[in-house]
Amino acid sequence: MTDATTGAETLHDVTVTVNGVRRSAAVPARRLLSDFLRHDLELTGTHVGCEHGVCGACTVLVDGAPMRSCLMFAVTAQDHEVTTVEGLCSAPDARVAPTGESMNPVQQAFAECHGLQCGFCTPGFLTTVTAYLEENPSPTSEQAREAISGNLCRCTGYQNIVKSVLRAADIRTERAAEELS
Amino acid sequence: MTTQLFGAPIRRKEDPRLVTGGGRYLDDLGHDALAAAFVRSPHAHARIVDVDASDAVDVEGVVGIYVHDDLPGRVGEPLPLLIPHPTLTHGRTGYALARDEVNHVGEPVVMVVATDRYVAEDACQRIRVSYEPLPVVVGIEAARDGDLLVHDDVPGNVAAHMLQEVGDVAAAMAAAPRTLTLELDIERSACTPMEGKGVYARWDHERGELRMYSSTQTSTGVRAAVAAKLDLPLAKVECIAPDVGGGFGVKIMHPWPEEVLVPWAARLLDRPVKWVEDRREHFIGSAHERGQLQTVTVGFDDEGRVLALDVKFWHDNGAYTPYGIIVPIITSTQLLGPYKPGAYRCEFWSLYTNTVLVTPYRGAGRPQGCFAMERTMDAIADELGLDRTEVRSRNFILPSEMPYDHGLLFQDGRPLKYDSGDFPASLAKLKDLVGWDDFADYRARAEAAGRKVGLGIGCYVEGTGVGPYEGGHIQIETSGRVNVATGLTSQGQGHETVFAQIVAEELGVRMEDVHVTTGDTRRMPYAVGTFASRAAVMSGSAIALAARNVRAKALRIAADALEVSPDDLEIVEGTVRVKGAPATSMSLGTVSVLSNPLRYAFDDAAKAATQFAGTFDPDKPPVADDEEPGLEGRDFYSPTQATFANGMHAAVVETDPVTAEIRILRYCVIHDCGTMINPMIVEGQVHGGVAQGVGGALYERMAYDESGQLLNASFMDFLMPYASEVPTIETDHLETPSPLNPLGIKGAGEAGCIPVSAVIASAIEDAEGFPITRMPISPNDLWELRRRHAAGEVPSLHRLSSTSSKEPTA
Repeated sequence: MTDATTGAETLHDVTVTVNGVRRSAAVPARRLLSDFLRHDLELTGTHVGCEHGVCGACTVLVDGAPMRSCLMFAVTAQDHEVTTVEGLCSAPDARVAPTGESMNPVQQAFAECHGLQCGFCTPGFLTTVTAYLEENPSPTSEQAREAISGNLCRCTGYQNIVKSVLRAADIRTERAAEELS
Repeated sequence: MTTQLFGAPIRRKEDPRLVTGGGRYLDDLGHDALAAAFVRSPHAHARIVDVDASDAVDVEGVVGIYVHDDLPGRVGEPLPLLIPHPTLTHGRTGYALARDEVNHVGEPVVMVVATDRYVAEDACQRIRVSYEPLPVVVGIEAARDGDLLVHDDVPGNVAAHMLQEVGDVAAAMAAAPRTLTLELDIERSACTPMEGKGVYARWDHERGELRMYSSTQTSTGVRAAVAAKLDLPLAKVECIAPDVGGGFGVKIMHPWPEEVLVPWAARLLDRPVKWVEDRREHFIGSAHERGQLQTVTVGFDDEGRVLALDVKFWHDNGAYTPYGIIVPIITSTQLLGPYKPGAYRCEFWSLYTNTVLVTPYRGAGRPQGCFAMERTMDAIADELGLDRTEVRSRNFILPSEMPYDHGLLFQDGRPLKYDSGDFPASLAKLKDLVGWDDFADYRARAEAAGRKVGLGIGCYVEGTGVGPYEGGHIQIETSGRVNVATGLTSQGQGHETVFAQIVAEELGVRMEDVHVTTGDTRRMPYAVGTFASRAAVMSGSAIALAARNVRAKALRIAADALEVSPDDLEIVEGTVRVKGAPATSMSLGTVSVLSNPLRYAFDDAAKAATQFAGTFDPDKPPVADDEEPGLEGRDFYSPTQATFANGMHAAVVETDPVTAEIRILRYCVIHDCGTMINPMIVEGQVHGGVAQGVGGALYERMAYDESGQLLNASFMDFLMPYASEVPTIETDHLETPSPLNPLGIKGAGEAGCIPVSAVIASAIEDAEGFPITRMPISPNDLWELRRRHAAGEVPSLHRLSSTSSKEPTA
């Protein structure tokens, strides 16, 4: 809060485990988690599309569950584990693509299926779908559509995002099989 | 052998970066920048009496607070009117910060610059602006009445009045055996890209240079406008479009107030400054589109052939006209679609209202025109009891009639002359895809089960790839890396991929060696921008021409070195080799070394180009008179006219007999954009366009109240479709190459959204049995129409008086 007499804001030390690394910054109580990630930690992969929790672009995983980082204060993430799109690349089933980037099955599937155009909403879909497939590893087309129906995309008409979810499920299975063999 | 790249569904080069958090959008840059925020008008029309910032100046972290009086010279003058037109007799533009008067809710009045956005917004909340409210004009009827004025000096609120006529419409109409008149209405929607606008500027005090980044569809346009506003030499301004999170038209408008103010503040303060639009700002401070009222009178014969078409429409241009009257001009010309209208007359009035300004949104006036024409076609079919596709067929321009000149001037000031297309073939494909001729059976079965279903159709022609020009520059490094630059910008269309496909194919190099840069004025200062489905046509053609130049140069140099004729050489996967004797070869990297005679060796490759490295002819200069050093080339593409893509859509909808809920059961698309560079990307463009069209047909509207407040300025209230609202889209393509450009391509960006409102209206009308004349349509609207229909206030379709369950087939 702004102190009415001095104008100075009280800062709070916030420590969050982000993508497996403990990160700290001193921020005001009102600092949104999205701004904390983007501007204090300079992890700009998480995007902000509406600032009111409707579009889902800013979705990150908090202790593995999808959360809208624009609806959470950084201070409330204290001591929690946050995974952003940058962190999906180091998932156990991520693989290095020929282009050099490490991608988890969902990232790989979106790249294969043209599941993105401008890419702005994409990080929110990737985190959402990553968490969804943990719960439902082999969705039907209907279920895949339902799973992404809380995120807005203005470019793709969702056709290839649905395909990407189904393809991601296949890639997960393929990679799990590789692990076993 | 090099695999075929042009025309293949190659995966996008952009995606590995974008799916791993490696995108760099506007707000991902400039973490050290100051933040700007704006106090915006809460009134739709008011005089500014006073601005009191005394409570804001002491907020810790505030660096500057600015009102119009603080803006020097051209910064304080009206923003430019980008596209003048002789009929735009009363063009008006706003100021970067409002001077004296505000004309819509959201108009910027005060700019605050502070250490971060939170602080800047704190300060904005402490600034008190006093207003004297003025009468408000909202809605086309109110504007048309002209009792109240948006601008005191614009009588009747008429910004422009334009009339084009081909043939003698009065005579043709009088002679026509039958006539019909339709009153139609389309409401506003907006682009709403997921990333709003944004500007970030750095001033280099020591060099007197400005570098700015903008989430724009035209970096060259912004650069020129800002240089003019800030009185800077063009050479001292560079503008870069970073990754852009969608545009759909709103970002072709420029300079936005913030694009002038942020660089101005950066120079004034000698500190980097950034502004990032929030969602509410985007709704009230950017642009909308679509709103029109239309009156169509058509004269036709008993076979359904159109003899005369007389269209009048009233276009809502919002508070200002900085982008001219491009949108209504496009409506008035593209309305004709694939048809011969007989005599045609179109008259429109572009009207001011106290609402957000109107500039092109994907489709740019075409969805409204298509709605008018297609509603008319359905009305003729109903009047005559003919199949709706049969009426369309009888009015088609035939392939044998191409090129077809309508005798009208298009949006680029050039003739509206179709270059290609096979409309009967497209229609046949569409009927096949949707099962047009079997629908009567389907409907009968559905009705037997108590369900209401309807089939709709819409056809359009889209002028794409308008001029004036685009350029391409290609340079091959000694490593074999191919750098490609074009000036127009990218907002998700996959330009890095499709332009690389063109270059890889033309030059004979590998995709992974090609690196494309767009929207950076340092790399290609001559460009227009990304709009009107023009990027592939314009930059694609320019890049192909540039690649051919570079290829010719590479062959000249290699032929000299290998002592063969250039005609005997080919380039395969980056190696120049003798046809039939591939051992005699050199890499393009080596050709690049030879192309640039050097004095100094900085690495092994460069050594080969130094003066003592080999044999040379002492009588020839190191660089021939008619050559330039370096393996690079540049070319521009500037067509005499647009190239015309086309498409036809059909949909099956179901309307709930009780709740009037509307569900799209099937959506089918036939699309002809000529030769496709990458069918996967074309299909993605169609998908996205259809989804926006579905939003515009069923969900999206700008809900202004009578005082000019936008009541639904958030994603909570403005109903943009989620995955749950967009049906599965079935597509098929027809490729009729354009004869106008070297690649045979036509634009594809906007196509998907153009006919959707027309198609859905057609299908709902077919399901319900009464005319649908107003879009978008909600379940509430449909329920109300049913009530009025039952009360006899809305007439039934004619076909209902014969049989209710059969679609007559000719």
